[in-house]
Amino acid sequence: MARMTMIQAINQALAQAMEADDRVLVMGEDVGRNGGVFRATDKLYDRFGPERAIDTPLAEGGIVGTAIGMAVYGLRPVAEIQFMGFTYQAFSQLVAQAARIRYRSLGQYTCPLVVRAPYGGGVRALELHSDTLEARVLHTPGLKFVTPATPRDAKGLLLAAIDDPDPVIVAEPLRLYRSHREEVPEERYTVPIGKARLAREGSDVTLVAWGSQVPTALEAAEAAEADGVSVEVIDLRTIVPMDQEAILASVRKTHRVVIVQEAPVIGGVGAEIAALVSERAILSLEAPPLRVGGYDMPYPPSAIEEQYLPSPERVRQAIDRVLAF
Amino acid sequence: MIRVDVSRRQILAPDGKLVGEMPALGPDTLRDMYRIMVLARTFDQRALNLQRQGRIGTFAPAAGQEASQVGAVFAMRRDEWLFPTYRSHPAMLAHGMPLDRLFLYPMAHPLGGVAPPGVAIYSVAISIAAHLPHAAGAAWASRIRRESKGFVALFGDGATSEGDFHEAMNFAGVFRAPLVFLCENNGWAISVPREHQTASETIAQKAVAYGFGGEVVDGNDVLAVYQATSEALERARAGEGPTLIEAQTYRLGPHTTADDPTRYRKPEELTEAERIDPILRLRLFLEGRDLWSEKEEAALRAEAQESVRAAYQKAQETPPMALGDLVPYVYAEVPPYLAAEREEMNGWRV
Repeated sequence: MARMTMIQAINQALAQAMEADDRVLVMGEDVGRNGGVFRATDKLYDRFGPERAIDTPLAEGGIVGTAIGMAVYGLRPVAEIQFMGFTYQAFSQLVAQAARIRYRSLGQYTCPLVVRAPYGGGVRALELHSDTLEARVLHTPGLKFVTPATPRDAKGLLLAAIDDPDPVIVAEPLRLYRSHREEVPEERYTVPIGKARLAREGSDVTLVAWGSQVPTALEAAEAAEADGVSVEVIDLRTIVPMDQEAILASVRKTHRVVIVQEAPVIGGVGAEIAALVSERAILSLEAPPLRVGGYDMPYPPSAIEEQYLPSPERVRQAIDRVLAF
Repeated sequence: MIRVDVSRRQILAPDGKLVGEMPALGPDTLRDMYRIMVLARTFDQRALNLQRQGRIGTFAPAAGQEASQVGAVFAMRRDEWLFPTYRSHPAMLAHGMPLDRLFLYPMAHPLGGVAPPGVAIYSVAISIAAHLPHAAGAAWASRIRRESKGFVALFGDGATSEGDFHEAMNFAGVFRAPLVFLCENNGWAISVPREHQTASETIAQKAVAYGFGGEVVDGNDVLAVYQATSEALERARAGEGPTLIEAQTYRLGPHTTADDPTRYRKPEELTEAERIDPILRLRLFLEGRDLWSEKEEAALRAEAQESVRAAYQKAQETPPMALGDLVPYVYAEVPPYLAAEREEMNGWRV
């Protein structure tokens, strides 16, 4: 095992997948010769050549649209969209096409496509580079959506996505790409899609978080611990299909839940989770589910993004509110 | 140098006279082309009638476009993929789609338009031009796999205004995808005429900007479409990349059964379109060469009526599918919440 950053773990996963299966290829803007603007595809061009580490024209819809055709035709394309916010230009292909290939053809055609994209703020980026879009996918049956919070999960989830027979969006939290290192197994392994991870065990409050907000939730949990509050943190890892049972089991144990998300609160994944626990665990609840997230406005210019992003302090305040209810 | 030919290739004049070089097609193949075009027209008329009687749902007639589709498919091998739209039943029929599946589509049966295994027809495109990047991707994948296959994607003149058309053409050009972009320019995108879609004098000339060849053909001349598509597919199979063919044709009927073209088209347009009808043209040619007789014509018309009748009956006898039957096709593995919903939907059925 080696200590790796998330971006290194992603690069290793791609290399191993391409090594193991010559149907796997990576494609996107700057992913070939340049190795990706974040180096996710570093050295893949040298190892696997220009037909498997493909520099495409600058067109997100074209990247996803042609990758769909490749996937239907039997290849295993892993398309990179340089920033998740640019996926808007590919949304028609994702939502109206990739999501429906299997359904529309009653399984005659399938779309084993992976779309990787970094997302999230906190890195002082330009407009649209920081958007967080999982709620838009949650509302699209036929797509899957995973987001790792650790280097180990980044590798395992990406390999599981490549193995998956359906289209999977792998959302990589940009500010965790190089934020820390951890031991990542050298061998090829998968982290199952649709299974949450218990990131921290606790008994008084459940925090549900994913991707970029897992470190925020853990930091808030640490702070609460110092004050004698035991906080459980569920790292959802998969948004679609969601591990509902993991959330419900934790809430039935702690009786209180706070959902932490980076995207705007209204109509978000947190709203879905709040509805889930209300529908299926209302009698276990001692307090209403609370959401901490981005405010309901477009992502702000980066000089003031700290005011927008959930902070451990805002999460801590929500923990206190559910405890005091 | 990239070759774009806007001279409008024609081999058969509207009166059935040979005005170009005859492709290497034997009498049996020529008669087969004619039979499929007549069968497609018969299906079209029957479907229109059934819709008028309220027995099937919305239907998009293809009458008038039989030559541009059947000509193209006769240039394809059976293992080469066709990317159809909702107005492609003549092409689908020619490429092996059973007639009853064509009826199931406007009957809104989930099996409608689904190709049986071994029939190389992609799902029916409803979003205009959204299938073109898929066709480019599949063709490109075939090239990556070192196959020697050609692909054909059908679309209309309206589709050329979409961003997906541009992106597909651009990717296909850059990666030399073995794809024939076959634009059936039928003059109208619902009520909007061709000249409102683009200020280009022709659609074919757009190919220049993407670095490959294009050509205008008389889309009501089955031999011209056949020959142009054959040459384009030969180039594709040989690794020479894509081609854009603009088959100039005319939509004789409404956009769909929900449309009334008298609101935007002049009646004299239809008179002219009927004069240049692609089926009439091939029949006159065959008769002129003593390859077709009144007797054969009568037999074919009766046979086509019977095939269409039998296909509609088979479609009607196809067991219906319930909502719950679609659940396994959302994902390969049914998520637990969807499995629970399936129980609920099945529970509501009486």
